[in-house]
Amino acid sequence: MSTSKVYPDAVSALSGVLADGMMVMAGGFGACGVPENLIAAVRELGCRNLTCVSNNAGLDHFGLGLLLQTRQIRKMISSYVGENKEFERQYLAGELELEFNPQGTLAERIRAGGAGIHGFFVRTGAGTLVAEGKEQRVVDGETYVLETGLVADLSLVKAWRGDPAGNLVYRKTARNFNPPMATAGRVTIAEVEELVPVGTLDPDHIHTPGIYVQRILQGSNYSRLIEKRTVRPRGGSADAVVA
Amino acid sequence: MPWSREEIAARAARELADGFYVNLGIGIPTLVANFIAPGVNVVLQSENGMLGMGPFPYSGEEDPDLINAGKQTITELPLSSYFSSSDSFAMIRGGHIDLSILGAMEVSEGGDLANWVVPGKVVKGMGGAMDLVAGVKRVVVVMEHNSKDGAPKFKPRCELPLTGVNVVDSLITDLAQFARASRREPFRLVEMAPGITPLELRAKTPAHYVE
Repeated sequence: MSTSKVYPDAVSALSGVLADGMMVMAGGFGACGVPENLIAAVRELGCRNLTCVSNNAGLDHFGLGLLLQTRQIRKMISSYVGENKEFERQYLAGELELEFNPQGTLAERIRAGGAGIHGFFVRTGAGTLVAEGKEQRVVDGETYVLETGLVADLSLVKAWRGDPAGNLVYRKTARNFNPPMATAGRVTIAEVEELVPVGTLDPDHIHTPGIYVQRILQGSNYSRLIEKRTVRPRGGSADAVVA
Repeated sequence: MPWSREEIAARAARELADGFYVNLGIGIPTLVANFIAPGVNVVLQSENGMLGMGPFPYSGEEDPDLINAGKQTITELPLSSYFSSSDSFAMIRGGHIDLSILGAMEVSEGGDLANWVVPGKVVKGMGGAMDLVAGVKRVVVVMEHNSKDGAPKFKPRCELPLTGVNVVDSLITDLAQFARASRREPFRLVEMAPGITPLELRAKTPAHYVE
C-alpha cells in the first residue's frame, strides 16, 4: 500500500475531508456502535449545514446529539428519534428538517447506494404517508413503492477491531448500520477500539473488507453507555426470559 | 373481567409454534416471551441485528454492545447470531420471520394497522414497524380494546396515519380475541374475556366482525 490509511486520531482523519453542507452517515443503533470519537471531532472542527443519515439522533449529550447542540445539523434522515429533547425542540421550532424512513428501508437505501443500485421497489410503506409522492407499481396484485439508494459524501463507522488495510470486525449488536454505511460513503472513515497489525484478523471473519474504508483510527475513551439497563436477579427463575 | 396485560401476553404466546422465528415489539409483546409453553422452542429476532435473543443479564454482566431493539441489555444464547441492519431487514422483508407481535393505536376491520403516530405527542418515527408488517408472515396485534378516554381502537377505518394496509392476522385485546384465516376474510370473534357479553363487546367495537 503506497499511502497509509491509518491516522493518529479522529480530528486528523477528518481533516481535508469534512466540509459544510455534506451528507454524513453515522453508524449506530441507540448508544450502541456509535462512532463517538469521529462525532466529537466533527463538533470540534465545527462544519455546518450537515445532512446526517443515522437510525437515531443520539441522546442529548451523546452521539449526534452533540452536533445538534452546536446546530451543525440542518437535516436528519432517521427511523426513530425518540430519546432526544434538543432534537424535539429544534424540530418543533422549524430549525431542523427531518425525513423519516422505515428502518429497513433506510438500511436498504444505504446498502443499495453502496452497491450501485439507484432504486428498488418494496412493499414497506405502501398505502402510508411514506409512499406519498413516490412512484408505485402493482405486481401480482401487490403494491410496491420505489425507494432510492443513498450515497453519502462521508460515512463515519465504528468497529471493534480493524487493521491498517481497513478490514473491520464488529462486536455483537454494535454492528447494526455500520457495515452498509461503510459501503455507502464516497469517503468512509472507521474508528476502532483496537487497531491490530495486518494479518491478525482471520480473513474468513472480516465483516467489512478494507476496500470500503479510506481512513482508519484507533478511538479512545469509549463511554460504554447503556440506555436501558435491564437485569434479572441471580438465583431467580431459570425460565425468566426477556422482560 | 378484562384480561390483564399478562393474560393478553399469555394468549398471544399461544400463537407461537415450535421452530418459529419471532419478532416481538415493545410493551405487552415483550412480555410474551415469559409465557412460551414448555416444548415450544422459538428463536427471537431483534431487528437491530440478532437472532437468538437471550434473557436479561445478571447484574454486573451487562454488555453495552449487546442490546435489543428496545435498547435494553440482553444476553446471547449458544444458537445466537449477529448481522447488520440491512441483513436484519432483508430477513424481515423477505418473509423469513414467521410471526411478529406488535402493539397498536388502532386496527381497522380490514386489517389496517396504525401504531407509529401517538395522538397529542411529537412523532418519534416508525422505527422498524412498517418493515415488520410488510414482510413477516403472520402479524399479531395486542392492545387495549379502548383508549384511556374510552374511545374504541378496533374500528371500521383507522383515523391515525397507517403503519400498513391489510396486514393484521390476529388481534388480542383485554376484552376479546379476533382472528381471520386469510387477509381476504373478515375478522371472526375467537373468544371473549370472562364476564364480557357479546352485546357489551358489540357496543365497544365499531369494527365489523363475525361472531
